[in-house]
Amino acid sequence: MSMKRSIISQLIASIMVNAIYAMVNYPIVLVSTILAPFSLLIVIAFVSHGALTPIAIGGALIMTMVSSGTSMQQDLSHLKNDFKVQDMVVSSPTRAWVYLLGMSLSEIIYSLPALIVLSILAAIYLHTGVLGYITIIAVMLIMFAFASSLGFLLSTLSSDIVQSWAFSGIVSTILSALPPVYYPITYIPQPFQYLAYLSPATYAAQIVQNVTGLTSFNSGAIALDWVVIIAITIITLFIAIKKSKWRED
Amino acid sequence: MLNVRNVTKEYEPGKKALKSFSMSIPAKGIFALIGRNGAGKTTLIRILATQMALTAGSADLNGLNVIKDADELREIIACVPQEGRAVGWLTPRQFVVSYLMWRGFTRKDATARFEKVLKELNINRYADTLNRLLSGGTKRKVLVGMVMSSEAKVLFLDEPTTGLDPISRHELWNTLMKLKKDHFIFLTTHYLEEAEVLADNIGIIEDGRLMALGTISDLRRKVKYPYSIKILSDKRFTKPKKGDIIKGVDGHYQIVTTEKEARRISRQLIDKKVRFSMNPLTLDDIFYYIVKKPIAEENYVNEEEHY
Ligand SMILES: Nc1ncnc2c1ncn2[C@@H]1O[C@H](COP(=O)(O)OP(=O)(O)O)[C@@H](O)[C@H]1O
Ligand SMILES: [Mg+2]
Repeated sequence: MSMKRSIISQLIASIMVNAIYAMVNYPIVLVSTILAPFSLLIVIAFVSHGALTPIAIGGALIMTMVSSGTSMQQDLSHLKNDFKVQDMVVSSPTRAWVYLLGMSLSEIIYSLPALIVLSILAAIYLHTGVLGYITIIAVMLIMFAFASSLGFLLSTLSSDIVQSWAFSGIVSTILSALPPVYYPITYIPQPFQYLAYLSPATYAAQIVQNVTGLTSFNSGAIALDWVVIIAITIITLFIAIKKSKWRED
Repeated sequence: MLNVRNVTKEYEPGKKALKSFSMSIPAKGIFALIGRNGAGKTTLIRILATQMALTAGSADLNGLNVIKDADELREIIACVPQEGRAVGWLTPRQFVVSYLMWRGFTRKDATARFEKVLKELNINRYADTLNRLLSGGTKRKVLVGMVMSSEAKVLFLDEPTTGLDPISRHELWNTLMKLKKDHFIFLTTHYLEEAEVLADNIGIIEDGRLMALGTISDLRRKVKYPYSIKILSDKRFTKPKKGDIIKGVDGHYQIVTTEKEARRISRQLIDKKVRFSMNPLTLDDIFYYIVKKPIAEENYVNEEEHY
């Protein structure tokens, strides 16, 4: 008696609700998502007289993925708390992982316009080979996996919009204000460099800056960067799966 | 069958929303759970609809345990949460079609199902208006349309008619009456009248406990007396020879008694110039009678010192 259910349909539903319809029904959303990554990029490019433009583009690619991931937190909380959509979905054949995978894909779709523009800039300003681009894409995907797991975890902990704002304020300070993604870490005065290493984005930025030849690190440092971002992603994903509450307590 | 056995829900230590709640009802037609705000209706519905864990006890629907067999149960259920709203930046069409796609329908099937429900619910002209621009009642209908357009045979509706105008409410009743032929609908409401019209079985919940369960005539039989006298002035009242005294929701004392005794008391009250009203028991009176225990003997006043 149970019907055949299309997982593709289920994924598309999340993408439509959270990304496509938002952009179609509110075109202003589209403008804002395209502009989002460029604010810091433009400041850095002008202030450095163009010297830091390539580094800042690499940084913007990383930060776009990080903020797409953390948007999961706000979007999931909004749907869960203000519309009770998650309750509707829990009481249905939709599995938690399908809903969440669909929602995380929707965040990437949402950022797609910005990513396309950034990719064009990257092709112009970043001088690296195929391996370099593969490395950049890998780092972007890892950072996205990290940030969206964190976003999901936090969304299950927030029960209203005010808590949700508080979480995103903290997360954006740690993930985007602290780390030197738009410029080299040497620009940060010494004691504060240690602070920067608290953010996974710092390690991601070093890999990208290294592969594009914009700054150079020894291979040991880069290996450590990979270990850190992969480890922290796995740990966050693990905690998110363990702690997250599909069915409330 | 829906079996609920000693279900207890403790949100915080010492704060129980359900207190060893048990009932067993056939999983067909409409079951209406009635209770005041805070009685525990939403808590029970969320547990049964697999949204929330329970603290103790167990529950199963058609042999599927709400905890252990949740995934199988989720195949056959759909729920409109009490504070559920159609997502504001979508139109009803976009929202319902997305919901159906979440359930695994193809876009084509989902759209066809939505079209059918549109006509049924009489909301055609709002199909492509953003949800956030719709009136509260229309939003509510969109959510009912959402679950009824699905393949689910068990529908949990938490206060589906709260906030609807009388006409919309009757329209929704008609829809639910049609739906119940091949669905099991578990709904909550504040209105006994609604339960009387719709429900095959009614449960009354108060303070996390089941106070009564049965058909509307079963509930009527729970109150032995057909008449009610409501004392409108704050004067005290006499102990009836037959009947009970309850304190109504508006704080007025109410004597429920036989017709004959009601006449006798009313004559006395007229003599004493006490304002009162006398009516056959309404459904609301029955509800208060069941929910509120008759007040204790010591509150009674002797014939001599009355009024
Ligand atoms: N998440 C929660 N945390 C703590 N207490 C809650 C929570 N939800 C409901 N309650 C309490 O549980 C009781 C029953 O609530 P509820 O099931 O919503 O009642 P109803 O739906 O009948 O109005 C109320 O006293 C309410 O305050
Ligand atoms: Mg409720």
